[in-house]
Amino acid sequence: MDHFPTNWGRPRDELYDQYNTFPLHQRPANHTETFSGGVQRTQQPIVTGTSVLAIQYKDGIMMAADNLASYGSLARFKDITRLHAVGDSTVIGASGDMSDFQYIQRVLDDIITDEFTAGDGNSLGPAEIHEFLARRMYARRSKMNPLWNALLVGGIQNGKRFLAFVDLLGTTYTAPSLATGYGAHIALPILREAVDPNPDAITEDAAREILRNCMRVLFYRDARSLDKYQIATVTEAGVSISDTQKLDTNWDFADKIRGYGAQTQ
Amino acid sequence: MPDGSFERPQQRQFNPYSENGGTILAIAGADFSVIAGDTRQSEGYSIQTRYAPKVFRLTERAVLAVNGFAADGNMFVKKVKQRLEWYRHAHAKDMPLRAIARLIQTMLYAQRFFPYYVYNILGGIEEDGTGAVYSFDPVGSYEREACRAAGAAQSLVQPFLDNQIYFKNQTPAPGTNHPTHLPLPDVLSIVIDSFTSATERHIEVGDGLEIYVVLAKGRSTQELASIGGLQELTTRAEGDRMFVVRRDLKKD
Amino acid sequence: MFRNTYDSDNVVFSPQGRLHQVEYASEAVKQGSAVVGLRSKTHSILLALKRSLGELAAYQQKMYRIDDHVGIAIAGLTSDARVLSNFMRQQAMGSRMQFNRPIPVNRLVSSIADKAQVNTQEYGRRPYGVGFLVIGQDKNGPHLYEFSPSGNSYEYFAMSIGARSQSAKTYLEKNYESFADCNLEDLIRHGLHALRETLQQDKELTVSNTTIGIVGPAGAHERDVPPAGGFRILEGEPIQVYLSTMQPKRVHDEPAEAAETGAADQPEEGAAPGAEAVDEDVQMGE
Repeated sequence: MDHFPTNWGRPRDELYDQYNTFPLHQRPANHTETFSGGVQRTQQPIVTGTSVLAIQYKDGIMMAADNLASYGSLARFKDITRLHAVGDSTVIGASGDMSDFQYIQRVLDDIITDEFTAGDGNSLGPAEIHEFLARRMYARRSKMNPLWNALLVGGIQNGKRFLAFVDLLGTTYTAPSLATGYGAHIALPILREAVDPNPDAITEDAAREILRNCMRVLFYRDARSLDKYQIATVTEAGVSISDTQKLDTNWDFADKIRGYGAQTQ
Repeated sequence: MPDGSFERPQQRQFNPYSENGGTILAIAGADFSVIAGDTRQSEGYSIQTRYAPKVFRLTERAVLAVNGFAADGNMFVKKVKQRLEWYRHAHAKDMPLRAIARLIQTMLYAQRFFPYYVYNILGGIEEDGTGAVYSFDPVGSYEREACRAAGAAQSLVQPFLDNQIYFKNQTPAPGTNHPTHLPLPDVLSIVIDSFTSATERHIEVGDGLEIYVVLAKGRSTQELASIGGLQELTTRAEGDRMFVVRRDLKKD
Repeated sequence: MFRNTYDSDNVVFSPQGRLHQVEYASEAVKQGSAVVGLRSKTHSILLALKRSLGELAAYQQKMYRIDDHVGIAIAGLTSDARVLSNFMRQQAMGSRMQFNRPIPVNRLVSSIADKAQVNTQEYGRRPYGVGFLVIGQDKNGPHLYEFSPSGNSYEYFAMSIGARSQSAKTYLEKNYESFADCNLEDLIRHGLHALRETLQQDKELTVSNTTIGIVGPAGAHERDVPPAGGFRILEGEPIQVYLSTMQPKRVHDEPAEAAETGAADQPEEGAAPGAEAVDEDVQMGE
């Protein structure tokens, strides 16, 4: 996976639109075939979210995502929530197509409602939610009609932390620290160094600081990111998704950069 | 082109496959079978996780290793397990190994025109108590063999096995023959060496190693006593016995 | 043969507000040999009496494994039971496929109860002619449910269905308060005592006509039970150890020495008068 959701699930092509700067309307869309069959399938994401980060720590899991939904290279929606609580012990975070994500939110809310309505004391934990998502995503890719997302699912179940990944192909995996998209390249090495040796040693404050740091690095380096983000935590106490927070950044170095843009010398 | 037009016609449609690296390997002995896989899962140059099992226990005496596209692999294992459960419902016993092998070929071939992008290796003990390995291609062609490697480092490991298991390019000392089956400690050493070497030379192999060992009923477990990281998975006394050995591989 | 004019289909109520076809279906359950279920804090168990059509025939299967954590015992039409148990297995596998979780036992029972209800309301259908006792375990511990052709399902401490089950129920009602704290061996002994009550005169429980189903941790006499303690069926020789723990049957209002002469030649303890008045139409195959 690379950091452009547009490229996910496609054959790698290093030459074409390398920096994801081509306007969306100029992209080739295979409309002739799709319309002749009378159905339209997702061939590319339209409004996209960038990286999601998540780590395990002492009391549970913590997840972060910024508030931006991009339209190609246009920063289109700047107050979007990409973290979503599912039941009272799970949170999911989405990158990729935001309309597909909103559909996923609806489906998950429906099964949580069904589970509640059964009224028999059973509930769906993060492991079940993740399995369900993986089956749905895999089924859709098998119909060649994928839900164009990379999702992180985190939570607590029977006193144990759970953190896992699932994407538009139905690929799944778990690890103490996870990231989607550009974050998998830029933030994940930082997260792994801080978290993977011993997640139990990380306090809530430390976890928050680690994620904040990575969000800042991403904002510096990822052109599809924003300095406004949210953090979700899942502990035994339940799920909480923070209000939007602003990153403090320092651009003093910017006017010393030479070689492109205004300062060519 | 700079103006946004294209030199050649472009085709960019959804690709439902990916390739998640890793390597699997199985070797059959006279009355045992060893099935192993590394635990790294990767995509391109990114390591997705350092622990994603590729080797799965199917029954008391059958183990399946899957390699290729991880989503297909996990789904395939899940479906095989459910088919085995239906067999248990119908016959109140586990499906024998050679029947599982044929089942896997049928299930793979059923997807001939939208294949599971998965290389399967099935290992275990046959009904006659012999160790067996079956290897498959993604659309179901299969054969019973003494050993097989598959996956990212197949091209590194298989020639080594050909030499060490099949004694290819080796000449026995005058008046002696090569053994038909190697003893368990030799096999385990070859498996471990295969993976440490593949880890050195292939970027998609590493992190962890899981070795499943299935011993035929009544066989001594003496040779396993000195192996570190051994865990027994047997649930029924007086049957075949199953063990898993977990080891670290280099993480770089 | 007709009991009255309101029993030729199941979409018409009788003036008394009854659905006669559904009630006849419940009679089919009473034709089947008896099944007993009991529950303690740690275990749920089933005990069933198997019939054989004759000396040359094998004994009929009375228990089915549905999933690792669920099993059933049946009374009534075996063919209907096969359809329903197959459906239950599909539901159980579906839950494992979709959520990777064992299906909650109550939902499994509700799903077949809902199926059975449809057959009590739609024209051109017939109710299932079989009743189940379902045992299973989930995060709330062991469970015991009854499923009946009427589409009802109830949870029980102990229950019995099938031929002469009233006698077993009488035993269970007398003793159920002690079941909760029983260990597996004592629970099985209670179950065997209850099942014995359903036998015809001069018959006794043997290793060939008795089946035991268990969920819960391994008992003292069990081997090779996985730690999760999933559903298993005991048949044949392994149940001898439980049969031999049975107490000789006592008959009320009889002198004590009569009880000590042994179980086999004791007259069978009668059911509550009137409760099982239809017993004569129960043709025991054995």
